[in-house]
Amino acid sequence: MDPRSERVNRMGRWRHGWLTNLMRFGGLFGVAFGIFAVVLLIFGKNPLKAYADIFSTTLGSTYGFSEMLVKMIPLVLTAVAVAVPSRIWLINVGGEGQLYIGAVLATWGALTFSSLPAWLLLPLIFGLGFLGGGLWGSISGILRARGWVSETISTLLLNYVAILLVNFLVFGAWKDPESANYPQTAEFVEAAVLPTFGSTRVHLGFVFALASLLLFHLVLSRTRWGLEMRAIGSNPEAARRNGIPIARYIVLLMFIGGGIAGLAGMSEVSAIQGRLRPSLSPGYGFAGFLISWMAGGNPLGIVAAAFLLAIITASGDILQMAQGLPGSVVNILMALILFVVLARHGRKAGGK
Amino acid sequence: MIGSILGGLLSGSVHAGTPLLYATLGEVVGERAGIVNLGLEGVMLMGAAAGFGTTVLTGNAAMGVLAGALAGALFNMLFGFLVITCRANQLASGLALMFCGVGLSALLGVPYIGSQIEGLREISLPILSGLPIIGPILFTYDILVYLAIPMAFLVWWLLFSTRWGLSLRAVGENPTAAFAAGKNPHLLQFQALLIAGLLGGIAGAHLSVGLAKTWAEWMTAGRGFIAVALVIFSKWHPLRAILGALLFGGAIALQLQMQAWGVPISPFILDMFPYILSLAVLAVWGGARRYAAPASLGRVFQGTE
Repeated sequence: MDPRSERVNRMGRWRHGWLTNLMRFGGLFGVAFGIFAVVLLIFGKNPLKAYADIFSTTLGSTYGFSEMLVKMIPLVLTAVAVAVPSRIWLINVGGEGQLYIGAVLATWGALTFSSLPAWLLLPLIFGLGFLGGGLWGSISGILRARGWVSETISTLLLNYVAILLVNFLVFGAWKDPESANYPQTAEFVEAAVLPTFGSTRVHLGFVFALASLLLFHLVLSRTRWGLEMRAIGSNPEAARRNGIPIARYIVLLMFIGGGIAGLAGMSEVSAIQGRLRPSLSPGYGFAGFLISWMAGGNPLGIVAAAFLLAIITASGDILQMAQGLPGSVVNILMALILFVVLARHGRKAGGK
Repeated sequence: MIGSILGGLLSGSVHAGTPLLYATLGEVVGERAGIVNLGLEGVMLMGAAAGFGTTVLTGNAAMGVLAGALAGALFNMLFGFLVITCRANQLASGLALMFCGVGLSALLGVPYIGSQIEGLREISLPILSGLPIIGPILFTYDILVYLAIPMAFLVWWLLFSTRWGLSLRAVGENPTAAFAAGKNPHLLQFQALLIAGLLGGIAGAHLSVGLAKTWAEWMTAGRGFIAVALVIFSKWHPLRAILGALLFGGAIALQLQMQAWGVPISPFILDMFPYILSLAVLAVWGGARRYAAPASLGRVFQGTE
């Protein structure tokens, strides 16, 4: 079959049969949850209790639900960070590193300009967080635009450099002299902490996440830039001949993508941790990649997939406490979900 | 003094370079057949966990290495099912495989945290190890270290001097043509992934059973990704991989040595060495790489529909 007509078919189904689609995805996730249950059984754990724990602690209470929303913030942001460059087939696997560098610059701002009032300081660390992640992302963008290193490899490797840089800072120059043995910076002043909603920990980052999704959607569908990005995405050679500056787009989209991941880092240090610590992210950047991939870059899909993975991420701690499992076990569940989606998508689309 | 320092550095490079070489060789075989596996990190972790656990249970390090190799191969078959049978996207499948490996190895390794093992026995080469000062430093390794370079030659011979290797490379360059010539691209790619998994598993087992003699969650610490970069560095050639692995092993060893000498540089800055070196090397060699990469890398044979 002609792959193009196949794609049109699938888009048609997405528009008209979202319920069918939802059920189909539900079935796929059922398979993944089933396999994970078997894995837990093999290791002598009770899967029913595990799932009951997971759902009662995330969806069963107002507090649990708000905590899940808190987890969704960095997941949505890092997913958009992947989705933006993916419009021109750039593969950004460096959300984790970009998140860390965004946090580094935001922390620098918060500690250096701590005497500023909140209405000045918050926009400042917002900008610094974006700038940090953006610069980190554009390193890979430049390397790719010059044809030197594929952005897949460079973003992957730079993740490790970024995490090590944070370690270097919090164990060294930025270490809070008052927190004896803990590797962490001094606590942020009140003015550098993002405001939260009501009594929950859901913070202003939630608005950033939604705004980034909305902007992403609007720019893509309503502006000339969106049109040019689609042109590059569908036929780079034709786009180049039409005078679209591909190299500039590569660097720019990596900058924007990285910047959005940087916002995730900024909001985590400011609102959640209140200071820079090495254990800033349990792999939000990588999870963001999988979310964006599962959603095919579709903004609503990103929300849905981030919701699902937020439940899974939030459940790492509860599995660790209630079942004595290592927290990273939830990675298996995440991978299984991705496996079934990948396998089905591959069969449908005939690989890419 | 100088001799022992240099010797320490060199033996450190050989130690750290060995798992890198095994992993790189495996990835070379896979990529020559047209398949990129970013999940090598997960394969190594499975090898490390299974290898260590088996060593604790049997008390036999050789059994551990064998189990590690088999675990890696089995795990890679899951990857093969996704990218070959289901034609799933290779990069996303690879990352998912890595996540799966991180979680599964953590789960497998729980009972063995803090276990003590003797690990692979170090074998001193007769005569050479008797040399003063440098002898014991340079010529005392475990068996996997001695076998690493012969393994590179074996992979080289397999890929470039056998009919099977020719078919495999043909599939990596142009699967349709290979199919037309009567080859079975999917079977050859599965065979390539099997070998890649065995070698990746050995690499992981060498880390846990041979070098660290302990198990820790995510103990590969990105070495799988470094190996993927090393494949490009070695231009998809098994013999160049020897040089690359020694160089990158050297970067890791230098960092450990500088810490031991008390050079006043943060260990975290030194830890960045291998990653930045990878990037720099790839950037320098980047221009030429498209002439060396298998032409069909990343694409999967679709049959003749």
